[in-house]
Amino acid sequence: MSGRVAGTFFGSRLFDFLVFAAVFLALWQLAHEWGGDVAMTTPLDTLTFSVRTLFSAEFWPHAYATMRAFFIALILASSAGVLVGAVLGFHRLSGEVSEPILVAVYSIPKVTLYPIILLFFGVGMAAEVAFGALHGIIPIILFTMNAVRNIKPVYIKTARVLQLEPWTLLRTVLLPATLPEVFTGLRVGFSLTLIGTLLSEMFGSRSGIGFQLMNAIGLHNMDIIMSLTFLLVAFAGTANALMLLVDHRLHRRV
Amino acid sequence: MKRATKLRILVLVGGVALVELLCRVGVIGAFTMIPPSQMATSLWRLIVTGQVHNDMVRTLTAVVIALGSSVLVGAAAGSAIHALPRVRRTVDPLLAAYYSVPVFVFYPMFIVMFGLNDIPKIVIGFLYAVAAMTINTLNGLDRVAPVYRKTSRVFRMGPAATAFKVVLPCAAPYLFTGIKLAVAYSFIGVVGSEFILSTGGLGYKIGWAYNDFNNQTMYGLILFILGITMLVNMSLHAWEKVLLARRGLQ
Repeated sequence: MSGRVAGTFFGSRLFDFLVFAAVFLALWQLAHEWGGDVAMTTPLDTLTFSVRTLFSAEFWPHAYATMRAFFIALILASSAGVLVGAVLGFHRLSGEVSEPILVAVYSIPKVTLYPIILLFFGVGMAAEVAFGALHGIIPIILFTMNAVRNIKPVYIKTARVLQLEPWTLLRTVLLPATLPEVFTGLRVGFSLTLIGTLLSEMFGSRSGIGFQLMNAIGLHNMDIIMSLTFLLVAFAGTANALMLLVDHRLHRRV
Repeated sequence: MKRATKLRILVLVGGVALVELLCRVGVIGAFTMIPPSQMATSLWRLIVTGQVHNDMVRTLTAVVIALGSSVLVGAAAGSAIHALPRVRRTVDPLLAAYYSVPVFVFYPMFIVMFGLNDIPKIVIGFLYAVAAMTINTLNGLDRVAPVYRKTSRVFRMGPAATAFKVVLPCAAPYLFTGIKLAVAYSFIGVVGSEFILSTGGLGYKIGWAYNDFNNQTMYGLILFILGITMLVNMSLHAWEKVLLARRGLQ
């Protein structure tokens, strides 16, 4: 950065971001000019159609179906993940035994397991919830486990010296010490649970945004595809940005 | 062998044995899951008869193309971004948020754009993998100590010599992490796409067997995909250990 522009508007982060956004939108528009309406809609059309989608009657039942499955899956993955992670963190040997297994399961394409889940749960919300939770639970376990393992021994010793009750110990020592890392795990788990839920809707389901997306391929309706994709990306991006904000704040506090 | 390793093997063997027992006794019905031993024989039969040979080649070709392009593009993009601090300042938060976006939602868009062939799934595999490679390239370049660059300048080394003799060896462990992640991600992207909607490949065959109530084939193929990804991950992990040991880092 040259010294002349530093400190002015042209040297600011805002300016950089605006340039980046302008280049991105220009490329998108150019891609439309090159490929035509069949290939993709323009940024402006995508935005207007997305807004129209938000006010359409048929969007909300599908959005509700997706969100219901997603949030149930997220609650299951978070509660079970934190619990299992805490147990594996406190009990060193079980943690040591299971960590490589968990890491291996984390990196396999879990989508191949979806037919098995369908056979166990049948087509419907139960399978979507199970598949979403399966995606989200492993990072939550791994992050919680590491958070518990990394509690400074001096905290626990001090608590023992003070003869804290188990509940007070949990509330005043264990929770504050592990919260930042656990929250990072929940943030990663949020994204993965969303992927899992949407994937299961795209493969086999009769409702939800994933189903709507796949349906639009058959209709060759680029407007619907682009606007739903845009809305999903906007939702995931905003949620992640907000959680990242909390995450940074928690990590700074420690 | 360490106690934890022994226990781990015991847990895995015990788990498989338990599933085998539950299937044999009939607690888990044959329409839901076949015993693991039958999965293995089914997989063996699929390989010997060459039934899935074409799909195997098709999937692996797509994975290799997605992997190769994402590693090259990711390394190039990472180096370019590293050289331009202002671009980096803008792009860094976006890279950090990249994996919060469910990449698979772009698949329908790519199908309409490129048609129902192998291109959309390669693009998904590429998109899944390229960010991991870019991020790790940046990490690697950050770890090259300034004194190394200064030393190379003292020796009047050219840009190419500096890149290959100084920067590359320094950044190698991080680049390796990037490649390892890119392998996993391009697999997930390609197989996942095949699974959702495609005209061929291992993921497609699994979906097809599922709709056909052909559990023998389905479980054989699932075992195959899981086996091959585990094998690739484990060999990369072993190789990484060798690399780290050579540098005295572990």
